[in-house]
Amino acid sequence: MSVDQTDKKLLQIIQSDFPVVQRPYEMIGRQLGISGQEVMDRISRLQQAGIIRRLGGLFDSRKIGYTGTLCALRVPEEEIDRVAQIINSYPGITHNYLRNHHYNMWFTLLAESEQHINSILNEIKEKTGLADILNLPAINIFKVRVNFNLSEVKHAD
Amino acid sequence: MLTELEKKIVRELQQGLPLVERPYQAIAQRIGLSEKELMIKINEMISNGMIRRFGAALRHQDLGFTANAMVVWDVPEERAATVGRLLAGLPEVTHCYQRPRQPGWPYTIFTVIHGQTRVQCEQLAKKMAEKTGVTNYKLLFSTAELKKSSMKYFID
Repeated sequence: MSVDQTDKKLLQIIQSDFPVVQRPYEMIGRQLGISGQEVMDRISRLQQAGIIRRLGGLFDSRKIGYTGTLCALRVPEEEIDRVAQIINSYPGITHNYLRNHHYNMWFTLLAESEQHINSILNEIKEKTGLADILNLPAINIFKVRVNFNLSEVKHAD
Repeated sequence: MLTELEKKIVRELQQGLPLVERPYQAIAQRIGLSEKELMIKINEMISNGMIRRFGAALRHQDLGFTANAMVVWDVPEERAATVGRLLAGLPEVTHCYQRPRQPGWPYTIFTVIHGQTRVQCEQLAKKMAEKTGVTNYKLLFSTAELKKSSMKYFID
């Protein structure tokens, strides 16, 4: 789909600080010079195109009582599909990427306790038959930011 | 610990905001609050940091940011906080964490950088190395996305 200038401005506005007012879409529309209905239509279109993954709250998992970690596994090339299927089956594993390193499969894991994390990792070791898992929970968090300056984007279509 | 009410709000807000004229009213009705009470509660959860960001999560790869690299740095523990803060200050760095050193894994500072090309990421990492004096580092590019989903909290 094509993303026009109004879409880009809209995305810039709703990426953070979505208004908590009675009629938020109308309020955003006023900033863009369009109606609240058109804001909703555009958001719906951007959601269907997969450009907006989700509109709502992004939570600080620690502050709401979850604990998380980043893990890496060495997976032989021919085993990648089988291992990915096992890893991806856990709802607490939200991200899983292949990366160019001998630790080639990298995933994040969230659970309600450290104990639960360890039991999931043990289960993964058993099911995959791969014992060499790096478990790298954060010791310090210096920055978490997922906003982008969309005005710098050159090829949006 | 979260109250039952807070958990309900988390469950609702992770479903996504409905596209109706008064979305907070719609959610409030489902959990037995008034629209105003819910809006106050959401603002409270934003200011106490439970809600890290309130708005749209984008799929940025579709918007021109095609290369992302995890850059890992071998930084001695006693310098980790200084280097971590320095790198976190760069606008191209979206995530910066310290993680434990492990046998066979000497890297302690993890940064995620986004660029429009791999070369751009490599140049940026070089600049970061010069700035920090850390010479042992690696760029790990993602070569395939096997899973990317939003976490669903408090569902079981």
